[in-house]
Amino acid sequence: MAAGLPTEGTNTQHPRAADVARKDVPTSGLKERLGEVRDRVRAAGWDSTVVVNEERVLLGLLRAAELDKDPAQLIEHAMRPGPSTFRPFVSIDDMAHFMVEHQLENVPVTTSDGRLVGLLLKQDVVSRTAEE
Amino acid sequence: MPKRIDRDEVHRLLDSGAQLVEVLPSPEYEEEHLPGALHLPLRHVDGRARDLLDPSRKVIVYCWDSS
Repeated sequence: MAAGLPTEGTNTQHPRAADVARKDVPTSGLKERLGEVRDRVRAAGWDSTVVVNEERVLLGLLRAAELDKDPAQLIEHAMRPGPSTFRPFVSIDDMAHFMVEHQLENVPVTTSDGRLVGLLLKQDVVSRTAEE
Repeated sequence: MPKRIDRDEVHRLLDSGAQLVEVLPSPEYEEEHLPGALHLPLRHVDGRARDLLDPSRKVIVYCWDSS
């Protein structure tokens, strides 16, 4: 509802996707070379990167399998285009069920106009759910 | 005249004194709403808007899918 910004009400104590999503996920552009992106992403301790445009609108996703493709490829050819995205207000419980059921290690969280909020990691979702 | 606006425009209008209104039913409003939002359920807009809102200030209306 608030694109990850604070809200008021009785439900604000329950974590939502935007609360748990990693905002520091590395991003990349369509015209970058995969090899350079992979080096940068892994040097930062990540195994995934989100492809965005200048307005941070999500265009695609590269997980470990995509990052290991031909390093000379352009990101636009290597990425998984149009991945499923989730809104910031979805509850962590719902996300945990979905990600476990569909065996997803991570999913992007975006606003309704497609702007990246962060990358939600299954390990974060499951551990946060266990704390509830 | 209604006009669709983005989040940046919401912030700008709020800074200039606009009124923020959530039109969802009470349970949803009580669970969560934007900071400072007034509550005016859609079915009561015609009957209560004049009492609740200042006609001299702009009004921003939102419902659920406003992330």
